[in-house]
Amino acid sequence: MAEVVLRDLVKTYAGATVRATDEVSLEVADGEFMVLLGPSGCGKTTLLRMVAGLELPDSGQIVIGDQDVTYLEPRRRNLSMVFQSYAVFPNKNVAENIGFGLRVRGTPAAEVRRKVEWAADLLQLSPYLDRYPAKLSGGQRQRVAVARAIVMDADVLLMDEPLSNLDALLRLSFRAELKKLVGELGTTTLYVTHDQVEALSLGDRVAVMREGRIAQCDAPTAVYDDPANEFVGGFLGSPPMNFLTGTVERDGSKLDLGGQSLAVPHALSTFAGRTLKLGVRPEAIEVAGGDGALQGELQVLEPLGSSALLTTEICGQPVKVQAPPTFRAEPGGSLSLRIPPEACRWYDPETSLLLEVR
Amino acid sequence: MSTETRPAEAAGRTLPPVDTAPLKRRRRQAAWVQAACIAVTLFMALPIVLIGLSAISSRDALAEFPKPFLPSEYSFETLLAFFEATGTIPALGNSVLVGVYTVFWSLVVGAPAGYALARHAFRGKNSYQVFILLVRALPIVVLSVPLATMFLRLDVYDTVFAVTLVHTTLALPTTVLITASIFVAVPTDLEEAAQVFGCTRWQAARKVVVPLALPGLAASSIFTFVLSWNEILGATVVTLSHRTLPAQVLTALDEASTAYRFAGGFALILPALVFIAVMRRYLVNMWGTTLR
Repeated sequence: MAEVVLRDLVKTYAGATVRATDEVSLEVADGEFMVLLGPSGCGKTTLLRMVAGLELPDSGQIVIGDQDVTYLEPRRRNLSMVFQSYAVFPNKNVAENIGFGLRVRGTPAAEVRRKVEWAADLLQLSPYLDRYPAKLSGGQRQRVAVARAIVMDADVLLMDEPLSNLDALLRLSFRAELKKLVGELGTTTLYVTHDQVEALSLGDRVAVMREGRIAQCDAPTAVYDDPANEFVGGFLGSPPMNFLTGTVERDGSKLDLGGQSLAVPHALSTFAGRTLKLGVRPEAIEVAGGDGALQGELQVLEPLGSSALLTTEICGQPVKVQAPPTFRAEPGGSLSLRIPPEACRWYDPETSLLLEVR
Repeated sequence: MSTETRPAEAAGRTLPPVDTAPLKRRRRQAAWVQAACIAVTLFMALPIVLIGLSAISSRDALAEFPKPFLPSEYSFETLLAFFEATGTIPALGNSVLVGVYTVFWSLVVGAPAGYALARHAFRGKNSYQVFILLVRALPIVVLSVPLATMFLRLDVYDTVFAVTLVHTTLALPTTVLITASIFVAVPTDLEEAAQVFGCTRWQAARKVVVPLALPGLAASSIFTFVLSWNEILGATVVTLSHRTLPAQVLTALDEASTAYRFAGGFALILPALVFIAVMRRYLVNMWGTTLR
């Protein structure tokens, strides 16, 4: 067990002009499950590979458990990894795959066998120990990769989109298993994903990355409820956060969206006469509310089973609304939508950063 | 389907008759492919069979005219005579040694080069790949005389070692390029996984990459062995009394009888076939996976 500290990591790939990671600093506490989340090409995998030692940073420092490992070979870092492609050795059977790291380290055969059996039991692989990976399903290969990683008693567990190659149903069931497993082991974990649901469900903390930088790093609920900038709000959530642009009226009390207006908190009265952006989650908007309701035009209604997704327009600005599953209305009609003040997040249109109102 | 046909039947609709023409066309095409396969196989195998049959015919049967397809009289006389002839057995030994050494050295030198080509990007990589083929552009006739002089000066002339050097040089370009394409097919992930789980780069290559590349390496070594086995010109020029088998047969061919020629031809084919049969084991899929 160990904490991981990344300081000002810069990496530019040969031939590229843009930095893959741009002075990224991050501290992962001992035993913490940290998720790196971001769209493809945001540098999250590069960051993980630098921690693993598979890429070397141009500058900056990596410390694992008080030991500097910035330029150390992967095998001396005492970490283990689950690869996106599983990287299960096709020429070794399941037992040999799981015990590979232990055997390379020179662990006694009896000890290897005991640990392999323990891991296989934990991941329900016991009946397949003699099989070769070609005879396993995708989900089973994934389990082998995880088993191989956990038998190592490593300081840090690295996972590079381990669930992305599984089908949707398997991903859902394995996600919960993984969370339970890692929670029991208590190993410091760095987990890379582009799937926001995975990030929110697994992480103790989520670091949302964009263009080689960390946009926000906080607990899943904090990242979801209070996105630090428009990018995070627009990336997290399905459908993502709605953004409405308007002008604050002269007296600083209302936001004019272009014909309809909405109350603005006192803290933002300095924005009087200037434009302001409002962010609101689709599930926070109430349909057919009373006071302070806005009029929106319903364009599309999508029944999704657990809810109904409405695409509406308020003063020409598109707004997605998540309504109860039984909600029915004809497209083209007018809806009255209430946006509760406590669900409003305010953003500066120039910097696109969250404005503090409390 | 059933929901569709039922209303049609209910309406008493008559369907058009089943058109079997496309099926027949398909069968005809399959028959043509079969015929072509047989023709090609005959073209490749017939000479080998004929040489083999002639080699085990008796002298009288060989002289018969018109010749029956199967010889009237079998005899190992000529084959035995061929092997008892002076120099045949040592030449056979030389050939096998040269072949095996050539396979060994071309893999030892060529496979790492192929690995580097597959895994690393470096300046001049493309020109290097073209340049490496230039070795084959120089005719052996041009090379062999200066080589012979050099070997004489270095005191290695007329040795298995000298022939091995020549053959290894000839085999290297293809070995490098073939192994490069083999190593490209082994996923980098596996190597990185091995490194994360405690291997040095060298161990990762030995424990993961080489076993996975084995089928390809076997194919490459078949190619190299056959190349060495069939190479005559270089082997003839740099040796005098320690000939390889093809060189030996070629030199003896002029004054030899027809029987000797057939026996020699058969003896030249056989070991290459045996080597291919042995290596074939590594060519086919080994762990239920086909090589990507």
